[in-house]
Amino acid sequence: MSAALKYVLPALIGIAALALWEFLVRHYRVEPTVLPGPSAIWLAFMDNLPSLMGSLLVTLRITWTAYFIALAGGLLLAILFSQSRTAEMTLYPYAVILQVTPIVAVTPLILIWTGLDHAERAATLIALIVAFFPILSNATLGLRSVDPGLIDLFRLYGASRWQVLWRLQLPGALPLILAGSKIAAGLALVGAVVAESAAGSGTSTGLAWRITEAGFQLQIGKMFAALLLLSLVGIANFYALTFLEWLLLHRWHESALKRQS
Amino acid sequence: MPPLLTLSAVSKRFDNGVEAIGRVDLAVADGEFVSLVGPSGCGKSTALRIIAGLVAPSAGTVEFPGGRPELGFVFQDPTLMPWADAGTNARLPLDLKGVARAQAQARALRALHRVGLKGFEKAFPRELSGGMRMRVSIARAIASEPKLLLMDEPFAALDELSRQALNDDLLKLAREDGITVLFVTHSVFESAYLSSRVVVMTPRPARIAAEIPLAPPAASRDVSWRMTPEFADGARRVSDALRQAMEGAA
Repeated sequence: MSAALKYVLPALIGIAALALWEFLVRHYRVEPTVLPGPSAIWLAFMDNLPSLMGSLLVTLRITWTAYFIALAGGLLLAILFSQSRTAEMTLYPYAVILQVTPIVAVTPLILIWTGLDHAERAATLIALIVAFFPILSNATLGLRSVDPGLIDLFRLYGASRWQVLWRLQLPGALPLILAGSKIAAGLALVGAVVAESAAGSGTSTGLAWRITEAGFQLQIGKMFAALLLLSLVGIANFYALTFLEWLLLHRWHESALKRQS
Repeated sequence: MPPLLTLSAVSKRFDNGVEAIGRVDLAVADGEFVSLVGPSGCGKSTALRIIAGLVAPSAGTVEFPGGRPELGFVFQDPTLMPWADAGTNARLPLDLKGVARAQAQARALRALHRVGLKGFEKAFPRELSGGMRMRVSIARAIASEPKLLLMDEPFAALDELSRQALNDDLLKLAREDGITVLFVTHSVFESAYLSSRVVVMTPRPARIAAEIPLAPPAASRDVSWRMTPEFADGARRVSDALRQAMEGAA
């Protein structure tokens, strides 16, 4: 299939769906407080542009702060695990507990601890908690899945632990670390939204709060506009990391190989 | 002149109870090309790993009377780092020893050229054929200028043509650099072609069944040497010894 068709067909479907949506909403005179048409959503978006953009920045700040702290922390802990079985045995169960406890259930507690006046802190912390585990578990697995032949070779040439880690384990784990980091970026956004929705009011001003607020005021057009922005953030994060993955792996890793056909 | 390497009463029993090596005494002199031949899974590879210091023997000693020489090891798999190009892979031993980058790179490239990979310095392992990957692996082994080269069935997975070409190149390299080679194989013909001495092993637990000295590695063993009566005679003697070793065990 040609490259043009690959983009043209989905775009056509999208436009057709929007047109049908607009037509149905107008034809059946659906209340805009239930379902506004695409044009009404666009107007709501333009009307609320400054507040939506401000909220977008807040959501981005929460998501990215949480993501980078989770990435650094997850990597460091995984490296510690790869160096010491004892450390792994001691700490891993707690990482699992953190992972399996439904985050929505913990959110009220964290909101109380950070103080309702600091909803953004709570949101960052919650996003951090959900983003942490995929990085930790993938990096741990990656650092351990080293070609035993290469380990032998490094030992033969008297490599230090540091050399094994830096020259062998980390590059070998890169594909799994990147995969984990992609999941983490998605989860950080979910965590940020969950925390803000749970905060409900107070000082939170991210996109999730705009959605909650618009719901209270029956401004469904604005709700859709905020939702659209949230999706765009998720998509942008995903493709940024996919590009990074391609940049780092395309020369050597199986996942990035193009099969000759 | 003392031998380069001696194994005295070396045996190995793994933690899971498998007895890999019964009792092996072996001396290897400087400049020899010794092949270890035996049935699959007989403990030949374990012997090589013990000599390299990667596995400790359960009993017995490995000694290098003249001091531990610089070692090179070539595994059955090329065992390359997939994320690094051929030059970086060949440079690995020098990098790990802390040789200055420029000097290490120059030596790695020279090693690659000597194994016939000029122009492939920047190629990644996945871009190379199986035979070329094995050549990178050999370049890596010779880049550190080893005195003793340990090879564990290095060409077993290759097609016959690549295998012959690599056999000839290996002989040439070993002779030019005065490298002593200890070569594990299960191919009678390969051992007869390459070696100055073939050590035939019994099935597990490995012991030495016979040692067959062959004509010293001639100044040139080219393809026509494969057709000579001397080669055929050597191959027959190794083959007979191997059959006897198998029957003795059965």
